[in-house]
Amino acid sequence: MSGDVAMRALGDNFPVPTFDDPAWVTPKPLSQAMVAIVTSAAIHTTDDERFAPGDTGFRYVPRAARDLVLGHWSPNFDRTGFALDLNVVFPIDRLEELAADGTIGSVAPRHVAFAGNQPDDVATIIHDTGPAAAAELKADGVDIVLLTPV
Amino acid sequence: MFEKAGIATVTLASTLSVAERMQPPRALWADFPLGRPLGHPRDVEFQHDVLRRAFALLDADVGPVLVHHPDVIESDETPLSCSIPPAFDADASPAAQEIRGLQKAYERSVAARDGVTEVGRSIGPDEIEHAVAVLQSIADGTPWNEAGIPGGNTISLIHDIRSYFEEAAMQLVDGPPPAGRAAEAWFFEETETGKVVMAARQAIKDADGPFPVWFYMAPGHR
Repeated sequence: MSGDVAMRALGDNFPVPTFDDPAWVTPKPLSQAMVAIVTSAAIHTTDDERFAPGDTGFRYVPRAARDLVLGHWSPNFDRTGFALDLNVVFPIDRLEELAADGTIGSVAPRHVAFAGNQPDDVATIIHDTGPAAAAELKADGVDIVLLTPV
Repeated sequence: MFEKAGIATVTLASTLSVAERMQPPRALWADFPLGRPLGHPRDVEFQHDVLRRAFALLDADVGPVLVHHPDVIESDETPLSCSIPPAFDADASPAAQEIRGLQKAYERSVAARDGVTEVGRSIGPDEIEHAVAVLQSIADGTPWNEAGIPGGNTISLIHDIRSYFEEAAMQLVDGPPPAGRAAEAWFFEETETGKVVMAARQAIKDADGPFPVWFYMAPGHR
């Protein structure tokens, strides 16, 4: 069994949070919207604090930052894609191009990274750090978030 | 959480069953290699197509919306074809010769990324050779908890060693970007250092070392 097949099979049995009253937002038109990336790749700048194992916090990734490290603790995925082109995980240059051609309104000044390597219980992220990050991006004027998984 | 805060969300889903059960407001499921949610590195057109499909989900009036990307990108575990430059030091162990042989390529990789490297979680690049020697001693019978594992954490140590090799390898291969996990397969199956890692892992396991200490030294399916 390949590594990806094995990991996805593991994911089939992971407990996942469900939401009784899921929210739904109708955003402004994309061409007017400010877009941010939120990733679970544990990306951080080289001068920022590293993610610890089981870290439920988040890091800001400034719009202009390209000195980015993939701080995820799992050995179970390919990292060479990111080493060759950070956009394959964190498509910041793609967003800049979309803003330049008017497809999106603007690129957010700050983006957010969480660590995907979590124990089964993600309660802290759901109830604490997740809402905190959301509030910060909302305060920045973000209209749409693109979530990229690792 | 973000949707609840008033921000519309679009999710690139990497595991279909999770997306089906969690039901995020808008999700594009893509059968791409794990670690490559936008599909192909250095393929601007392809990445834009992924984003186009993802942002199109914002046109839905109600959710949850789950759409499948039509392409499948296999994560090919055929080991990378990568020759390690010789180190010309017959007295050094095979692993040490590999590490020395890769040094220039690794340095070029760091330079190409303006100083960025994944190495450094436990050790720096100059400490890789010593770290592998410690792992060899564990493989040869030194109790793992007496061997002096640099940094005291096997997961971060192997991360640094593997990153050194994979970053160097990206400088040595020609052609399009390697498939997902090709470098992983090369490191663990083809290099002497990878074999040392696996031997040390087995030794810790056989000595009833704690599961997290040995299991995460390599991808779980190995």
